Amino acid sequence: MSNTEFDQALQTFFMESRELLEAMEESLLGLESSPDDDDAINAIFRAAHTIKGSGGLFGLDGIVSFTHVVENVLDRVRGGHVQVNGELIALLLSCRDHIGMLVEQIAADPAARPDKELESVGNMLLEQLKSYQTGVTHPVCSTAPASSCTEILPQTGNTVESDMWHISLRFGQDVLRNGMDPLAFIRYLDNMGKIVHILTLPDAMPFSLEMDPESCYLGFEIDFQGDGVDKAAIEEVFEFVREDCSIRILPPHSRIEEYTQLINELPENNIALGELLVNCGSLTRKELEQALHLQETLRSGSRAEETSKLGNILVEQGVVQPELIDAALGKQKTAKENKSQESKLIRIQADKLDQLINLVGEMVIAGAATSLIALRTQDAALHEATSTLSRLVEEIRDSALQLRMVQIGETFSRFNRVVRDVSREIGKDIGLNILGAETELDKSVVEKIGDPLMHLVRNSMDHGIETAEIRLQRGKPAKGTLRLNAYHESGSIVVEVGDDGGGLNRARIFAKALEKGLVTANQVLSDQEVYGLIFEAGFSTAEAVTNLSGRGVGMDVVRRNIEALRGTVQIDSIEGAGTTVKIRLPLTLAIIDGFLMGVGSSSYVVPLDMVMECIELNEAERQETRDSHYINLRGTILPFIRLRDQFRERGKPARCENIVVVQYAGLRAGLVVDELMGEFQTVIKPLGKLFANLKGIGGSTILGSGEVALILDVPTLIQRAIALESRVLNC
Amino acid sequence: MGAIVRAEQHAQVAERDEGQSQYLTFLLGGEMFAIPILNIKEIIEYGHMTTVPMMPAFVRGVINLRGSVVPVIDLAVRFGRCASDLTRRTCIVIIEVDSGEGCQDIGVVVDTVNEVLEIPASEIEQAPSFGARIRADFISGMGKIEGKFVVIIAVNHVLAIDEMATLGQLGDASPGMLAAP
Repeated sequence: MSNTEFDQALQTFFMESRELLEAMEESLLGLESSPDDDDAINAIFRAAHTIKGSGGLFGLDGIVSFTHVVENVLDRVRGGHVQVNGELIALLLSCRDHIGMLVEQIAADPAARPDKELESVGNMLLEQLKSYQTGVTHPVCSTAPASSCTEILPQTGNTVESDMWHISLRFGQDVLRNGMDPLAFIRYLDNMGKIVHILTLPDAMPFSLEMDPESCYLGFEIDFQGDGVDKAAIEEVFEFVREDCSIRILPPHSRIEEYTQLINELPENNIALGELLVNCGSLTRKELEQALHLQETLRSGSRAEETSKLGNILVEQGVVQPELIDAALGKQKTAKENKSQESKLIRIQADKLDQLINLVGEMVIAGAATSLIALRTQDAALHEATSTLSRLVEEIRDSALQLRMVQIGETFSRFNRVVRDVSREIGKDIGLNILGAETELDKSVVEKIGDPLMHLVRNSMDHGIETAEIRLQRGKPAKGTLRLNAYHESGSIVVEVGDDGGGLNRARIFAKALEKGLVTANQVLSDQEVYGLIFEAGFSTAEAVTNLSGRGVGMDVVRRNIEALRGTVQIDSIEGAGTTVKIRLPLTLAIIDGFLMGVGSSSYVVPLDMVMECIELNEAERQETRDSHYINLRGTILPFIRLRDQFRERGKPARCENIVVVQYAGLRAGLVVDELMGEFQTVIKPLGKLFANLKGIGGSTILGSGEVALILDVPTLIQRAIALESRVLNC
Repeated sequence: MGAIVRAEQHAQVAERDEGQSQYLTFLLGGEMFAIPILNIKEIIEYGHMTTVPMMPAFVRGVINLRGSVVPVIDLAVRFGRCASDLTRRTCIVIIEVDSGEGCQDIGVVVDTVNEVLEIPASEIEQAPSFGARIRADFISGMGKIEGKFVVIIAVNHVLAIDEMATLGQLGDASPGMLAAP
C-alpha cells in the first residue's frame, strides 16, 4: 500500500472508530435504563471488537491492547458471567472515553509517543477492569481479522430435540498462512467422539480470479456426538486458532433461543432455509427430506403457490418449532434490508459538496444574467425558456442545499451523556428531555453550535436547577428536567435550552450590573434586557451572583460564538419556575432568497423572510420625518433607519423614497431606501476577514449584471443605529 | 516516491530563489514603487466598484473577480496621501496575502503599471529609518533601478488584514457618523 492509500485507510479508521464509539456510548446509556438489553450489549461488544480488529491492521498496539481487555470483559457480560450494573456502565463509559482519546491522539499525530498521563489513566482503568475478568487473558493478536471470538452459551430451559453438540466453525483467512491445517483440528475432534455430520460452507469463496490459494475461505457446520465430552474440551481442540477464527459451540439439548441467536449470527445469508436448520442440528436429514418430499407433491398439485413455503410445511408437520423458522426467515429478511440500506447512504467528502454548492451558486448568478438579457430582447419564446430554466435552477439550488442539511438530533443526543455525568458529579437528579431532534439545519452551523450549547447546558444544571431538598420545599418534583428543543421559525431555526430550576433573579442581576458599571441606577430596562446582561463579559467572574457564574468560560463567549454564526440569543425566565435560553440561527450560510433594493448607486439585499411589507414614503411624510425617525404605520409607531444617512451615501437624494418594513425576533423596523428592485436569489459570498469588524453588512452577492451587492445584516444594523443614537443623545 | 517529492521541493526552492529578484514596478501619485511578482496573481483594468459603507477611506470597495468578491485597497490613501484620480491607465493589481488562516486575494489600485524588472539582491538597500514619507514597516527595502531608488513594498505589512480590519472598527466608532437626527 502506498503512503497516501495508507493515510486514507487510516482516516477511514478514525472516522469509523468515532462513529463506533458514539454508538457504543449510546448503547451504554441505553443499558442504564434496561440492563438486560442483549442488542445493546452486542452492539457495545461489536464496537469494541471492530475497533480492536481494525486498530490491529494499522499496528496501533496501544489501542489494541487496551481494547482487548475491554472486549474480554464485554464478552463475559455477553455470556452472562458478569452482571450489568451502574458501576460497570460507568467504568465502561470511562473506557470508551479512553479509547476515544487514544484514537484522537493518533489522529492528531500518528507518530506520537503514548502520553504519560493517558497511559496512567489507561492503567488505572485496566486495574479496575481486572475485577470483571477471569484468570485467562488471551494473547493479543495484532493482525486479527474481523472476528475472533469464542462463545459459550449456557444450557438451560426449553430445549431442542437434537442430542448432539453443534459446532459452527469459520476459520480466519490467515489460518493456512499461520501454519495451521483446518482439517487437522476436525480430525482431532473425531478422536474425542464421533462427527455425525459435517457440512462444508464454501460461501465465502470468491471467484477464481480473486481467490488467493493461500487463504482459507471455508466454514464448517459440524454435528458432533461425544460421551463425557464437555465444552472446555471441545474448545481446547481449537485453542491454537481461536484468536482468528469464530467458533460457536452449542451443547446437546440447547435452548431454542440459542439456536435462534446462532442463526442470526451466521455470516452466510444465502443458504436455503432447510439446510440452515439442518446445519443447526434442529432437524434431522430425514425430517428435512420428508418435508421436501411433501413440498414436491404439493407443488404438482393445484395449491402449489399457496403452501409451497418450506417453513410452513415444517411447522405444519410439527417438525420445527415456529420460533426457529421465524428466526431463520428474519435473518434472510434483515440480510436483504441491510443491503438496501447500505445503498441508500453515500459518504461524500465535505469539500466535494461545498464545490457543488459553489457551482450551483455560480449557476444561479449566471441564470440571473441570462434572464436579464432575455428580458431586454423582448423575445417571448426566449423569455419563456429562461423562466423555465430559472425555475429548474431554483429547484437544483434547493436540493443542493438540502444535501448540507443535517438533523440536530445527533448533536442533542450527545448531551445525554453530559447530563448523566454532570448530574452525578454535582449530586443532582436531572433528566434530559429532547424535542425537535429531527429539525434540520446547515452542517456548518451544527458543528459550531455544540460548544455554546454545552456551556448553556452545564450552566443550567449547575446553577439553574436547585438541589432536591429545595425543589421539594418549593413543591416541585425532586428530579429536575433539562429541555433541549429545536424548531423552525420564519427562515431561522430556534434552539432552546430550558430548565425547570429557580429562574433568574432580576434584582440581583441589576444590582450586580450596577456594581460593575454596566447600567445606571435610573435606567429603565425590560426583563429581557436585564437577563441579557449576564452575557456581558463582566458577569463571567466566579464572584458574580452565585446562580449565574460560569465554569471558566463566560457567557460572553457563548454569545460571541452565536453571533459569529449570525445568530442571536435571548433569555426568558420566570423566577421559581425556570429559565429558557433561546438561540436563533440562520438556516443556511450559503444561498438565501433575498429582496433587492437600491440606495444611491449601490444595491443592497435583505433576506426575504425578514421583509414584511414595502410602503412608499410620500412627499408630505418626507417633510414630516426630516427630523424624526419614525412614522405612523396604520396606528402603530414604526422606527426607521435612513440607509442613505447611515451609509453616508453621497450624491443627490432620490426623487422618491420607500420604506421596507423588516421584522426580526419580534422587533419591527423600517429601512428607508431609494428604489425597490424585487426578489433576488442571493448566493452569499463572504466578505472576508478584512470586513470582520464591520457591523451592519453581513456579506455580499453578485448580481446578474456582474456587480457586487452587499447583504444587510438587519439585527446588527438596528443595534448599531440604537447605539449611535444613544451615544449622540448622551453627549 | 520520496525521491520524487524531494526533487519537487528542490524545484520549488529554486524557483523561489529566482523569483525573489523579480519585481513589478508601478506608479502611484507620480512616484515609483515595486512589488515582488510572486505575490501578484493578476492585473486587471479598473472596473465596476461597489463601495462598502462604514469602512475607512483606504478601502475602495469590492469587485467581482470571476465570481469571487475581492476587496480593493487604495494604496495612496493607505500611505496617507490623497486618493488617486481615476484615469484610463488606472489598474487593479490582485495580490495574494497570507492572513494566517489561508490566503486571501486583495486588489490594490495603482495609477499605472510599468514593467517587470529583475533587481539582484546586491542592488537592494535597507529601508531608511525616515524620509521615505511612508511608514517604515511598509518598506521591505529600497531597490536601485538605473541609479534611482524605488521603494519595495512589504506586502504583508501594507496589506495586513488584521490591522486593516481593526482600523475599520475604529473608523466606525468615531462620533459624528450619524447624520444629525
